[in-house]
Amino acid sequence: MDFALSKKHEMARTLFKEFAENEVKPLAQDVDETEQFPKETVQKMAENGFLGIPIPKEYGGQGCDPLTYVMCVEELSKVCGTTGVIVSAHTSLCCDPIQTYGTEEQKKKYLPDLASGKKLGAFGLTEPGAGTDAQGQQTKAVLDGNEWVLNGSKCFITNGKEADVYIVIAVTGIIEKRGRKLKEISAFIVDKGTPGFSFGTKEKKMGIRGSSTYELIFEDCRIPKENLLGKQGKGFGIAMHTLDGGRIGIASQALGLAEGALEATIEYVKERKQFGRTIGQFQNTQFQLADMATKVEAAKLLVYKAAMAKATQKVYSVEAAMAKLYAAEVAMEVTTKAVQLHGGYGYIREYDVERMMRDAKITEIYEGTSEVQRMVISGNLLK
Amino acid sequence: MKIVVCVKQVPDTKGGVKFNPDGTLDRGAMLTIMNPDDKAGLEAALKLKDEYDAEVTVLTMGLPKADEVLREAMAMGADKGVLVTDRVLGGADTWATSTTLAGAIRNLDYDLIITGRQAIDGDTAQVGPQISEHLDIPVISYAQDIKIDGDNVVVERQYEDRYHVVKAKMPCLITALSELNEPRYMTPGGIFDAYDAEVTVWGRKDLKDVDDANIGLAGSPTKIAKASDKVRKGAGEKVTLDPEESVAYIMDKLKEKHVI
Amino acid sequence: MGLEEYKGVYVFAQQVDNELSGIAFELLGKAKDLAKDLDTDVTAVLIGSEVKDLADELAAYGADKVIVVDDPELKEYRTEPYTHALASVINEYKPEIMLVGATAIGRDLGPRVSARVATGLTADCTVLEIGDFPLVAIPGKEQKHNQLLMTRPAFGGNTIATIACPDNRPQMATVRPGVMQAIDKIEGAKAEVIEFNPGFTPDNKYVEIMEVVKSVTDVVDIMDANILVSGGRGVGSPENFKILEDLAEVLGGEVSCSRAVVDAGWKPRDIQVGQTGKTVRPNVYFAIGISGAIQHVAGMEEADIIVAINKDDTAPIFDVADYGIVGDLNKIVPMLTEQLKTVVK
Repeated sequence: MDFALSKKHEMARTLFKEFAENEVKPLAQDVDETEQFPKETVQKMAENGFLGIPIPKEYGGQGCDPLTYVMCVEELSKVCGTTGVIVSAHTSLCCDPIQTYGTEEQKKKYLPDLASGKKLGAFGLTEPGAGTDAQGQQTKAVLDGNEWVLNGSKCFITNGKEADVYIVIAVTGIIEKRGRKLKEISAFIVDKGTPGFSFGTKEKKMGIRGSSTYELIFEDCRIPKENLLGKQGKGFGIAMHTLDGGRIGIASQALGLAEGALEATIEYVKERKQFGRTIGQFQNTQFQLADMATKVEAAKLLVYKAAMAKATQKVYSVEAAMAKLYAAEVAMEVTTKAVQLHGGYGYIREYDVERMMRDAKITEIYEGTSEVQRMVISGNLLK
Repeated sequence: MKIVVCVKQVPDTKGGVKFNPDGTLDRGAMLTIMNPDDKAGLEAALKLKDEYDAEVTVLTMGLPKADEVLREAMAMGADKGVLVTDRVLGGADTWATSTTLAGAIRNLDYDLIITGRQAIDGDTAQVGPQISEHLDIPVISYAQDIKIDGDNVVVERQYEDRYHVVKAKMPCLITALSELNEPRYMTPGGIFDAYDAEVTVWGRKDLKDVDDANIGLAGSPTKIAKASDKVRKGAGEKVTLDPEESVAYIMDKLKEKHVI
Repeated sequence: MGLEEYKGVYVFAQQVDNELSGIAFELLGKAKDLAKDLDTDVTAVLIGSEVKDLADELAAYGADKVIVVDDPELKEYRTEPYTHALASVINEYKPEIMLVGATAIGRDLGPRVSARVATGLTADCTVLEIGDFPLVAIPGKEQKHNQLLMTRPAFGGNTIATIACPDNRPQMATVRPGVMQAIDKIEGAKAEVIEFNPGFTPDNKYVEIMEVVKSVTDVVDIMDANILVSGGRGVGSPENFKILEDLAEVLGGEVSCSRAVVDAGWKPRDIQVGQTGKTVRPNVYFAIGISGAIQHVAGMEEADIIVAINKDDTAPIFDVADYGIVGDLNKIVPMLTEQLKTVVK
């Protein structure tokens, strides 16, 4: 067992850190304040290969492993949660299912542009009446000659409207399983600009406010037959497997937010004076920091372990769920404590921890709430 | 076109200077980086690679750990890396360093050699011009812009109050200013490739036409008589005076320190 | 050849557009001290085209002798002909000490010359003195006397080193401008003028100057400034930075600022000092209306002299300032500028 990072990974960390400090951090406050999607940052990330980290070189990617990708999301999220989730949704929820389930033609058609960042990706599963419960799906896809016709809507879609390629989950029929009627679910690749595919309202959010969250609307949207991703009827498995990967991405985002808040707090308590001493000299502060740092480290080990599991195992649902559950809760706890240790300044937008605390909350919710993660973990224990 | 870029691994003195409790510099705690001026030189070379399909070789002299800066340079896009490392080369001053690097460069094909103006640890700005002297080629220091014109380079050479547009026939050595450009980032895939690639490692015996009298500590004409970590400055004087007296106080101090 | 054949303290008398640079006088001032300790004389090496007239001025600032290398090839500074000129002077006249200014010219010329004459060169010296090497005698090892001991900062100013060049001659140093003191001008002083021309034959190392563009862009780099007048939020408004600009102007310095000022949109980020801005090391740093947060101090604590003006006497900036003035910057700064105008030419 070796907990030391390889030289490759250490250097990759240096790269992501440098990029985050120079290119992302200076914009983080503004991105949050104005709720603007950071287009220029995404462009810069594209130029530097950040949008194709785990994609094989033969498809124009960087040919790195999931751990490298995780460190990228982590370092970006340390300074800006919005930027972290843009990369996570693109990579884990769009590139990954195409790479895993796509035909050779689909991979050749989509992956190079996604990996180079020429195109951005998104994933549509959630509907107003169905989140992780895939059986609640209402969006339908009907085969009509050589085309699938999509009708319905998806909500809370990260990278919505900004993305060019969407993985969309839809109901393609009814099947009988042990006497019960179940929805047959399939996955599709839908290009932005396809007639009948439009965007609803933009959500106004508590955190990750620069991330573009939209409703996707399909009205007789006709896509080519070959845009079915994976086999017909395998959509539920594809969605669940995709979310396993996505959860590692969100766990990395949560980890980054916690680390960012911890670092900012360490700097702050060394500087801020009360009663003639820096607040870092008070034992309460010291013990709080010790707890925060220990939890961050534990979260990091779980997240990195999940990344390694994705690289080496076919199934990594439990590792991903544990990493996300723990990292998200640590992010919430650490950012909240960070605000507390900052006192009044922590409640003011000028200080980064205020934003980090708002950003952290979503990590306990999206790509499966903490409750869902507990279901996944316990389900595996009791099966 | 073939370009050799000399780079140095240096402690990161900018921003992150760390001190021991007694106020001395804590070298162990400081990270190492590619010297900023050298990185600008590398970027200039990589731009020429993009434009003219030049082959870029990065060369460094240092401890085995200096391998890292070569990998970094390769992750940015350099084609090859050469590390010159040998116990007998340690403790070199700028003279011995430049004779060593020149001895390594003699084994390489080059049209252009680019070095940074100076390293942030030594701040001497000497090694580049000295290499050019050993190789008997022209040097253009303080380059703020580099263009290729046939067999020539056309460089904007910066001075305090002006710049010269200078043309020199290649082969030629240029020292780069960090203002020259904004160095590109590495790419994640570039990092993986750089660590999968081979770096050439040369020792003393691989240096061409270099006399033993001119390398390492023994071959360094300059000798350190004394070195000390500068003690961190504490609080000085603090006065509360009315404005006229305050101004007089400042004037006195500026005179005392020969500022005016 | 024995080292003892090398005699005299020489300085490279830098001129640009046939006007002597200030550093030439500063070097002469220091050379005089060194020459006195060594009981020798001071020689200025004047290189250029039609520069002979400048010899008297060098004499007025302390040169006993002036060696003039005058040739049309030397009109504008170019590395090769100047290197050839200075290296030839060294080979011909064998100075014991050769001082060069650490200017954009001297930091190019110095290393090239030192490599050609095969001697050591110590860069950017701030202190030069005559002494023993090793400083303290070591049994079994020869202690050499009357050596040039050259002290310079390194590691971004975090360490200082004293360096000697015991076995090679000349002992060469480049010297930071603004550190050494020129002597008061001696009107009517005359020096022995020696004309010397080693011959100049252009070869591959002679570069061609295609254009001379004077006075570079108005984009200043605060990292290069010798004097910085830096303002914080205490300055009060973007308009009020005018009083800082006036002070900087009279001192020949530049204006910089703290992060708070950039965040407030008063000043651009490229003049921000601190951890998220630039790290500066000027000779003098005026911190005006700057509280002195750690992140700011990290970027300026290496300044040689820090003068802080702040109305809050508990401001942390006073913990690092050499000279702290508790008071109203709006009153003190303009008055200081006026006072300085009367002394600074």
